[in-house]
Amino acid sequence: MSQLWTITRREFAGYFSTPLAFVFIVVFLLANGLATFYLGAWFEMGQADLTSFFMFHPWLYLFFLPAISMRLWAEERRNGSIELLLTLPVPLSAIVLGKYFAALAFSALALALTFPVWISVNFLGDPDNGVILASYLGSLMLAGGYLAIGSCLSALTRNQVIAFVISVVACFLFTVSGAPLVLDIFRSWAPQVLTDTLASFSLLTHFRAITGGVIDFRDLVFFVTLIGVFLVATMIIVDMKKGEGA
Amino acid sequence: MIEVQHLVKKFGDFTAVNDLSFAVESGQVMGFLGPNGAGKSTTMKMITGFLRPTAGTARIAGIDICDNPLAAQTQLGYLPEGAPAWPDMTPRQFLDFITRIRGLDKSAARQAMIRAIGMTELHGVLDQPIDTLSKGYRRRVGLAQAIVHDPDVLVMDEPTDGLDPNQKFQVRQAIEEMAAHKAIIISTHILEEVDAICSHAMIIDRGEIVAEGTPSALAARSRFFGAVSLTLDTQLLERACKVLDGIDNSRYEVVTRGVETVISVFADTAQAPATDLLAHVRDLISQQEWPVRALALETGRLDDVFGTLTRKPRPLADTANVADGGGA
Ligand SMILES: Nc1ncnc2c1ncn2[C@@H]1O[C@H](COP(=O)(O)OP(=O)(O)OP(=O)(O)O)[C@@H](O)[C@H]1O
Ligand SMILES: [Mg+2]
Repeated sequence: MSQLWTITRREFAGYFSTPLAFVFIVVFLLANGLATFYLGAWFEMGQADLTSFFMFHPWLYLFFLPAISMRLWAEERRNGSIELLLTLPVPLSAIVLGKYFAALAFSALALALTFPVWISVNFLGDPDNGVILASYLGSLMLAGGYLAIGSCLSALTRNQVIAFVISVVACFLFTVSGAPLVLDIFRSWAPQVLTDTLASFSLLTHFRAITGGVIDFRDLVFFVTLIGVFLVATMIIVDMKKGEGA
Repeated sequence: MIEVQHLVKKFGDFTAVNDLSFAVESGQVMGFLGPNGAGKSTTMKMITGFLRPTAGTARIAGIDICDNPLAAQTQLGYLPEGAPAWPDMTPRQFLDFITRIRGLDKSAARQAMIRAIGMTELHGVLDQPIDTLSKGYRRRVGLAQAIVHDPDVLVMDEPTDGLDPNQKFQVRQAIEEMAAHKAIIISTHILEEVDAICSHAMIIDRGEIVAEGTPSALAARSRFFGAVSLTLDTQLLERACKVLDGIDNSRYEVVTRGVETVISVFADTAQAPATDLLAHVRDLISQQEWPVRALALETGRLDDVFGTLTRKPRPLADTANVADGGGA
C-alpha cells in the first residue's frame, strides 16, 4: 500500500517537473471555454446549467487524455528506467495502478480547475447543482476510462507518438460507437439487440446517462469494469514483454 | 548467494545466452567479460528479473527469481546498463524514492542515503536534476541507487564506464570494501579492473562461457605465461637479437614502441622451468652489459587470453548474412 502511494506520488510530481503540465492545463481550460461558449452557444441558450459544458468533454478528452497517457509506459521504455522500475521489489500491480492514479489525479486537477464555470452559472441563475455534481463525476469516470485505454496502449510501444495516435483511435472507437449518428446507421439495418450492445459498450452512452443527472449504478459499474479490464491488460502486456525482450 | 542454472535466452531465432551456469558466493566478486553482444547484459537482466529466461533460472540467496521475484529482488541491488534513472528527479529525490520503495524506515533511510552518497561522492550535485548531470555523475547516481539498501547481492553492468580515473579508483575501492560480505557480479571491458577487484572472472562469447577461473589462472592461459620480457633501447635491438638467437629451444617476439623495445622470450618446450629461462636471460644481460630498462617473468596477459578466446571466426552463415545485410 505504501509502495503504491510512493509510486503515485513520484509519478504525479513528474507531471510538474516541466512547464508542460501548466501549458497543458491552460490549453485544456481554454479549449473547454471555447467549446462551451462558441460551439455550445452557452449564452444564447439562456439556460442556467452546464449541459453545453459537459457535452464536449468526450470529444475534448479524446485528444487531451491520450496526451497524458502516452508517456506512462512508452517513456519508461525509451529512457531505460523501466529496467529499474521492474527490478525493484514492487508488485507490478502497484506500478500499473500508481501510474494510473497519478494520471487520473492530474486529469482530475485539470477538471477541477474548471470550477469558475460552476461558480458563474450559480451567479447567473439557479442551476441544479446535483446534476452538475453528477456530471463532474461522470466526466471524471470518462477520463478514467480513456486513461486506462491509453495506459494499456502505451505499454505496447516505446514511441510516445505512436502511443498517442493509437490511443486516440481506440478511444474514438469506444466513444463513437454510442454517437447517435453511428447508431442511426446501424439501426437502419441491424437488429435492435446489436445496436443496443454496441451502444452499451460506448463510453458516450454511459457518460450521457450520468450527465443526465441520474447516477445509475450500472453506469458506474460499466466504467469501473472498463478501467479494470484495461489496467489488467496493461499488466499482462508489461509482463509479456518481459518474456519477449522488454 | 547467486546461482545461475542453465540460463537460456532467445530473441526469436537468435540465441543471446546459451545454457549458462555459474555460482557466486558471498565474499566473491565475479568479473563478467566478453566482447560486445556476448550476452552479458542479457544475463544480468535475467538474474535481476527484468527479462524472463527462455529456459533455466537464477537463485538469489536461495530464492528463485522466476518463482518469487519480489523476495529475490529485496536481496538485490542492480545497476542496469547505462545507469538509467528518471531524468526529472534530483539525486536526493531519486534516492529518497528508492529507500521508500524498498521499505526502509525514516532513520534507516537517512543513514543509508548518507552512506551511499558518501561512497559515490554525490554531495555536490544532490539537488541538480539528473537530466543535467554529466555522464559520470549519472553513473554514480545509479551506483548509489544500487547500494543504498546495503543488499547482499550486487549486480552491476559496467559500473565504471564513463568515470574519471579518480572515480574509477574510488568505485573500485568501494566495491572492494563491500566485497567481504556480498556476492557481486560486475561486467566490464576494462581488463585491468578484473585484476584489481575481481576474485573470479568469466569470459563469455556468443552466449557461452569460454573461460572461467581466478584472474591469475585465466591470465596464465595466455601464451605469454612464463615468457621473459625485457625492455631495452631500440638501438640495442639488433645486437640483442643476435645473442638471443643463440639460446637453445627458445624463440622471441619483438614489439617496438619508439625508442623502447620489448622482447618477449618464450621457452619452446615445456621442459625447462620458466625460472631457468629467466636466469639464462639475466646471465646474458649481465655478460653483455646491456642497459636493460625492465626485466620480468610474465604472469600471463588477460587481454591476450580474451583475444584468443573470443576472436574465433564466425560460422560461415553469419559471414554471409553480414555481406547480404548491407542493403537491409
Ligand atoms: N530485446 C532484444 N531483442 C533482440 N535481440 C536482443 C535484445 N536484447 C539484446 N539482444 C541481442 O542479444 C545479444 C547480446 O546482447 P547483450 O546486450 O547482452 O550484450 P553485451 O554482452 O551486454 O554487450 P556489450 O558489451 O555491448 O554491452 C546482442 O546480439 C543483442 O543484439
Ligand atoms: Mg552490455
